[in-house]
Amino acid sequence: MNPNRLGAAAAAAVVLLSMNSAALAHGFAGERFFPATILTDDPFVADEISLPQVSLQPPARDASQLTNIEIDLSKRITPNLGFIIGDEWQRLRSPGFTSVGGLGPLRTGAQYQLFIDGPHQALGLLGLNVTWGHTGRAAVGAPDFTTLSPTFDFGKGFGDIPRSLTFLRPFAVTGNLGFDFPTQATTAGVPNPNNFNYGFAFEYSFPYIQCCVKDIGLRPPFSQLIPLVEVAFTTPVSRAPANQTTGTIQPGIIWAGQYFQIGAEAIIPANRGTGHGYGGVIQLHFYLDDIFPRSIGRPISEWW
Amino acid sequence: MQKIILPLAAAVAVGVAPAVRAHAFLDHASPAVGSSVPTAPAVVTLWFTQDLEPAFSSVTVTNEAGQRVDLGNAQIPQGSPAELQIGLKPLRRGTYLVSWHVVSVDTHPTEGTFTFEVGSG
Repeated sequence: MNPNRLGAAAAAAVVLLSMNSAALAHGFAGERFFPATILTDDPFVADEISLPQVSLQPPARDASQLTNIEIDLSKRITPNLGFIIGDEWQRLRSPGFTSVGGLGPLRTGAQYQLFIDGPHQALGLLGLNVTWGHTGRAAVGAPDFTTLSPTFDFGKGFGDIPRSLTFLRPFAVTGNLGFDFPTQATTAGVPNPNNFNYGFAFEYSFPYIQCCVKDIGLRPPFSQLIPLVEVAFTTPVSRAPANQTTGTIQPGIIWAGQYFQIGAEAIIPANRGTGHGYGGVIQLHFYLDDIFPRSIGRPISEWW
Repeated sequence: MQKIILPLAAAVAVGVAPAVRAHAFLDHASPAVGSSVPTAPAVVTLWFTQDLEPAFSSVTVTNEAGQRVDLGNAQIPQGSPAELQIGLKPLRRGTYLVSWHVVSVDTHPTEGTFTFEVGSG
């Protein structure tokens, strides 16, 4: 084979080998791009980092209020297997008390990409998250017990509905269904319930309008906006009285660029049990696979 | 925290960004995505947000019956590495589907489809 062709073939082989993992990076299912959401877990393994996510929670029932500064890293080990790790610094202000600050509990998780269905813009992921006991400051609410939380995360874009339904096609929904299993039934006589967790993100993608539905003249930065509403609820299913569901509703917007995204949401308590008033959250989120496509942005299995 | 965040954001937005590549998104197209054109175009041209890998970037155009109406000559023009073109056979009135699949120069693949209509607008 002539050296030029040999070189071209080698380059093509490298590209082909690389494409397998790149195809699963980020939140893509076919032509649908799913941004990283703020409240609910993402249904895809990824190489991304939230640095930071800052939130001011709505005042709780006892009028205490929590400020969080959070960092979360998602990393692929293989193209379909990943892990997440996160922690937060919290500051708790309670009326009549001096405010206290400290680390929240360490959170880790293992994730497996169950499927990605490009033509139907659907994806699913199984995860096992762990909130570790004794890894944060008790004064800000960090637990003295470990909690195991298996989850199923999913996403579905509506680009596959008939093209005549033009402006419904940019809709997408992602969601989480999961349980919390504390490894300790009580803490100081107070029960630690098993919880059912469920959350959804309803998104309307301007990038999808522009690329795949109709060029309505949007140009950056407006063509990169994704308005969304996220909701998440927790319902105790054992060791707790009934009707103690808590949750928040979070309308907001995400701007998704080539290398990072910025998101902001209001935090509205879904019921009196959750709190009252309003809070807010902002997030700066980097796509490591785009910033470092040939090194740490790749799955660990492809580093050598 | 602010001392860390602002430089990182600035580095990505200003410094790092031009030096790296990422997913190639469709920036715009001719005929435009979802448009209606009065006369049949001879070429479909797609402009992307990143440079493309020629060996793994393709585009096809089909009619409502699913038959190819392009000339099979998809190419990235010399000097325009973020542009993808394909010639068309003479088109009748109707709706046509453009399907593209591209790989950016750092191997990130993306894909998409859109329609345009000939004979109206």
